Amino acid sequence: MGDAMLLNLVLFLPVAGIALLVLVPARSEGAIRWVTFWVMVVQFAATVVLYVHYDAAVAGLQFETRIPWIPAWGVYYLIGLDGYNVLLVLLTAFLGPLVVAGSFSAITKDVKLFYAMVFLIQFAMLGTFVAQDLFVFYLFWETMLIPMFLIIGIWGGERRIYATIKFFLYTAFGSILMLAAVIYLVYSLQTTTGVTSFAFADLYRTELPLSVQLVLLSAFGLSFAIKVPIVPFHTWLPDAHVEAPTAGSVILAGVLLKMGTYGFMKLGFPLFPDATRYLAPLVMALAVVSIIYGACLALVQNDIKKIIAYSSISHLGYVMLGLISLDLIGIQGAIIQMVSHGLTAAGLFLLVGIIYERCHTRELAAYGGLAKILPVYAVFFMILTLASIGLPTTSGFTGEFLVLLGAFKAAWPLYVQGDTLPLVLAAGAVLGVVLGALYMLRFAQSFLFGKAKVPHEPVTDLNLREQLILAAIVAAVFALGLYPDEPLSKTELAARDFQQRVTSVAIPGGAR
Amino acid sequence: MLLTLIVLLPLAGFLANGLLGNRLGKPFVTVVGCGLPIVAFGLAVKSFLDLLAGGGAPIVETAFTWARIDGYAFDIAFWFDRLSAVMVLIVTGVGSLIHVYSTGYMKEDKSYARFFAYLNLFLFFMLLLVLGRSLLVLFVGWEGVGLASYLLIGFWFEEADNARAGKKAFVTNRIGDAGFLLGMFLLYWATGTLEMDRINAAFTGPVAPAVSASLVGILLFIGATGKSAQIPLHVWLPDAMAGPTPVSALIHAATMVTAGVYLVARMSGVYAQAEAASQVVAMVGVATAFFAATIAVVQTDIKKVLAYSTISQLGLMFVALGVGAYSVAIFHVYTHAFFKACLFLGAGSVIHALSGEQDVRRMGGLARKIPVTFVTFVVATAAIAGIPPLAGFFSKDEILWFAFASSRGGAPWLWAVASATALLTSFYMFRLVWLTFLGKSRMEPEVEHHVHESPWSMTGVLAVLAALSAVGGFLSLPHFLEPMLPLPRVPEHLHHFETPLLVGSILIAFAGLAGAAYFFGNGAARATRVRERFGGLHRLLAGKYFIDELYERMLGRPLTWISEHVFLRTGDRMLFDGTLHGLAGLARRTAGVFSRVQTGNLHLYAFLVVAGMAISLAWSFRHG
Amino acid sequence: MDRLQILLLLAMALFTLGLAGVIVRRNLLVMLMCMELMLNGVNLSLVAFAQQTGTMAGAVLVFLIFVVAAAEIAIAIPIVLVLVRQRRTLDADAYTDLNG
Repeated sequence: MGDAMLLNLVLFLPVAGIALLVLVPARSEGAIRWVTFWVMVVQFAATVVLYVHYDAAVAGLQFETRIPWIPAWGVYYLIGLDGYNVLLVLLTAFLGPLVVAGSFSAITKDVKLFYAMVFLIQFAMLGTFVAQDLFVFYLFWETMLIPMFLIIGIWGGERRIYATIKFFLYTAFGSILMLAAVIYLVYSLQTTTGVTSFAFADLYRTELPLSVQLVLLSAFGLSFAIKVPIVPFHTWLPDAHVEAPTAGSVILAGVLLKMGTYGFMKLGFPLFPDATRYLAPLVMALAVVSIIYGACLALVQNDIKKIIAYSSISHLGYVMLGLISLDLIGIQGAIIQMVSHGLTAAGLFLLVGIIYERCHTRELAAYGGLAKILPVYAVFFMILTLASIGLPTTSGFTGEFLVLLGAFKAAWPLYVQGDTLPLVLAAGAVLGVVLGALYMLRFAQSFLFGKAKVPHEPVTDLNLREQLILAAIVAAVFALGLYPDEPLSKTELAARDFQQRVTSVAIPGGAR
Repeated sequence: MLLTLIVLLPLAGFLANGLLGNRLGKPFVTVVGCGLPIVAFGLAVKSFLDLLAGGGAPIVETAFTWARIDGYAFDIAFWFDRLSAVMVLIVTGVGSLIHVYSTGYMKEDKSYARFFAYLNLFLFFMLLLVLGRSLLVLFVGWEGVGLASYLLIGFWFEEADNARAGKKAFVTNRIGDAGFLLGMFLLYWATGTLEMDRINAAFTGPVAPAVSASLVGILLFIGATGKSAQIPLHVWLPDAMAGPTPVSALIHAATMVTAGVYLVARMSGVYAQAEAASQVVAMVGVATAFFAATIAVVQTDIKKVLAYSTISQLGLMFVALGVGAYSVAIFHVYTHAFFKACLFLGAGSVIHALSGEQDVRRMGGLARKIPVTFVTFVVATAAIAGIPPLAGFFSKDEILWFAFASSRGGAPWLWAVASATALLTSFYMFRLVWLTFLGKSRMEPEVEHHVHESPWSMTGVLAVLAALSAVGGFLSLPHFLEPMLPLPRVPEHLHHFETPLLVGSILIAFAGLAGAAYFFGNGAARATRVRERFGGLHRLLAGKYFIDELYERMLGRPLTWISEHVFLRTGDRMLFDGTLHGLAGLARRTAGVFSRVQTGNLHLYAFLVVAGMAISLAWSFRHG
Repeated sequence: MDRLQILLLLAMALFTLGLAGVIVRRNLLVMLMCMELMLNGVNLSLVAFAQQTGTMAGAVLVFLIFVVAAAEIAIAIPIVLVLVRQRRTLDADAYTDLNG
């Protein structure tokens, strides 16, 4: 039971952190930074303990806490780790201290409020991941919106108001639909079985006709698709990224986008298996369109943050492709790809933030030959670029390789049976690998190589703090690329569980 | 342990030089950078002896399990049989020589440590490629050598063109890799494994996998065309000459570009069942060989001539693969590694002597000034031209023979085109010798004054490679590989052609030499006349058939145009953001209409409240 | 006409007077006073009903309204004061800043 307490501790440490910050006077900014940083470090350390203690051989929830909260509605405070969320929790806790350390010099306005917001969003993100009760999940899901809204709106760039309202409206719109679907779902569980419960485990048992499933999946799915984001619900992302401060971008790309794919994996697809199988070709098509569309747009951007923002769309397309392949390898690949993208995108946004802090422009053409002026910076940049491209030995390769293998393995038998579409889509996704190399190397080439050129002299290379942050990310990137067996073993049962839920339920009217 | 160690040594060199090289200075870099590959070569020899002692039974080592999904373990395992033994010895042997050469060539470069770090990184991935047991490990090495190549082509990155050439190489290779990936996925689906020995066994076994071998073969061959610079993905290799010359010798001549040949030979179990795919391989190979040779005839950059020559020679190797003579292709890989490395390094020595000059039009008469370079260059040229008894003669003759006589796709026309290529090869190589080393000097006085023979670290390596180019052919590699890569059957009635063809190929080699002497012997006067006579053809060849321009028009620009105009302008800005802004505007306008009621006048509000109450009261009386 | 009817008529008269005052008069203070009139009209009716039915609920509500009215005045008067200090007028028509 001690470990279950530890999970609660991890979850509520950010709240304690906010309480601690209240005690620190707003003027002593140094103290605020270090308090935040160390609380985050403790949180990460505790999460590592949880991760190590997580038993890969046990299916279902571990470190579970179940406390009645609103008994009349069957709402429980129910949290726990399982194969679905264990890696994402680790990723979130890992990025926490890095986000904080990365903002030390970038944030000088309203420092106390800023770190309080970082704590709040950390709390909400972890809560969303560990929640095993739809009510709790929804609360955390909505809570996430507020700090992000403020982080972009207060500490953002010039067009921050436009960006933050766009972000808010998009996500709030999705959330409203989800809320309606949640209510209907619980209501129908109650009417069919007489049980009033929000627990995922109970909701999985709801049996709904295909038509209802389709409507509900659309409602849930739209909310998740906006978060992922899947083309055509993506236009908030480039604006939000461009205007967000570095920390905001890192959180957004590192963790927030995974909420969408996690939502699909944990809720959207398993809750409505028949609808999922019915819509699978559509989802797959959208995933591949996202891969190619995002890559093409990244190819013609001149704003360095936008390049990475669009590349995120492309990379998360792979996650969706892996999930919807409904093949074990593809699902496992999708999980790894989520973490991998969290690491590489976070690292790249940090790097872009670092150069922006020094030179105050995000225009690609303003830079050139940084490898000569900033050799250390260039090394980190190159490594993360290559990881983003999916070069073997980096995490990007693990994710993309498994996703593509899974997608292809699932598509080929269908092709043999006469259904060509999935195979064409899988082949299209492989094309994304080429485009990925094209846009990232275009970026690296004009950024790092050629005649040395910076808009703002003199530029200093990375300091020790920045080097340590990036070294941590690079180490994780290589760990996931060289030895993915360890994390994969922890998610295997969940991936299998997901696959079974989505593929094996068969009711009249179910497709395929 | 031994195999793992062979692979890890260069990696250690990369890490040591990359992380500490700049701090610890050149002696450290030299010792680590050259020492570790040499040790790896020693270990490779040791493994080779073990292999022979074991009667040729493959040595297998599993390093660790990369991932385990659905009961299948993606193992990182090494596989050392006769084929990989040959490749590992070439890679570490020639690799070590080129490392030693580089200590002289790169001596003055300020990024000395970075250079050796990259070279070691390349060796690491190349060894993974040739030692991998499964396609996965091979692919890791495959992409990794692409990375090393990218980094080394753009080594002098301050020139934007160099970096651009690196990018072009990487992206072109990626197109091939996409095909490779698809082939790999298909094999995994069909055979349930990625281990190449198992896949070969599955295809040669009694129950053939439920997939067309030719489809797999063609997909994998797409990967090979990328790495080995075959049509239509050959465009990157000439540009790759932007890298330092030792890189061109090691990566873009001796080792990496032969990876495609290795892949096909390694998957011979599949190709043996894939007649259509083999035909494609042979045809692409012979087309590339001839086409690249024609371009090489008119190039004026000493390294570009060698680059097209490499493409052409690789084409010949694919011809051999296409007609089922896998071991012969590997034989040519082996001899080609010696003489082409020698040629590139010789070219490097020339460039070094001329302080960076690469244009043969501004060379000439160098024979007496840099005699060691000259002699070794001539030996290697004679070897590539196929003059007996040098190494190239043996391997090329066998390729021509099987192109003619193999029962698996050999044909007279294949032989004819390959022979024409051989003739061109001999011609353009001796042309290069004449323009560079013989005749009168066309150098700038300033450059000529500084011409000097290279240091012993470079000339020594040249001598070793020249010696190997001279005698390497006496080792009958096809015979050594026969137990695992048997030669294709030759129909009985063709056997009596063997001697005439042999004589023919010797004559072809000398004809090329004579042609070069005739056209370029006398101050190249006759060549100039021919060039003026056929100006259009010359422009076409000098412009490399304008394939680069074609790709730029057909692929590059349309891609950018679609991304920019269709996706960004029409899609993102007009359609998606347009809809969004439209909705927002609609909401704002509607709200604007209703907000007119809000005048701010308290009396009006109060009046409206009363009026509302009155109306609702009246309504409820009426209906109540 | 019994007593209840008279009381209710009185209450209605008070209420209507107040309402008319709020709508017609432009002086903020007068408008506030008229609102008090309306409240007292309601109070009167509540008390009358309470007596009629013999229950206490009406009386209790009256006390509640007293408290609310007092609180309301306590806030409204300072607001008016602040406004007057800014614009130097008590005319309600001068304060239309909240128009849409």
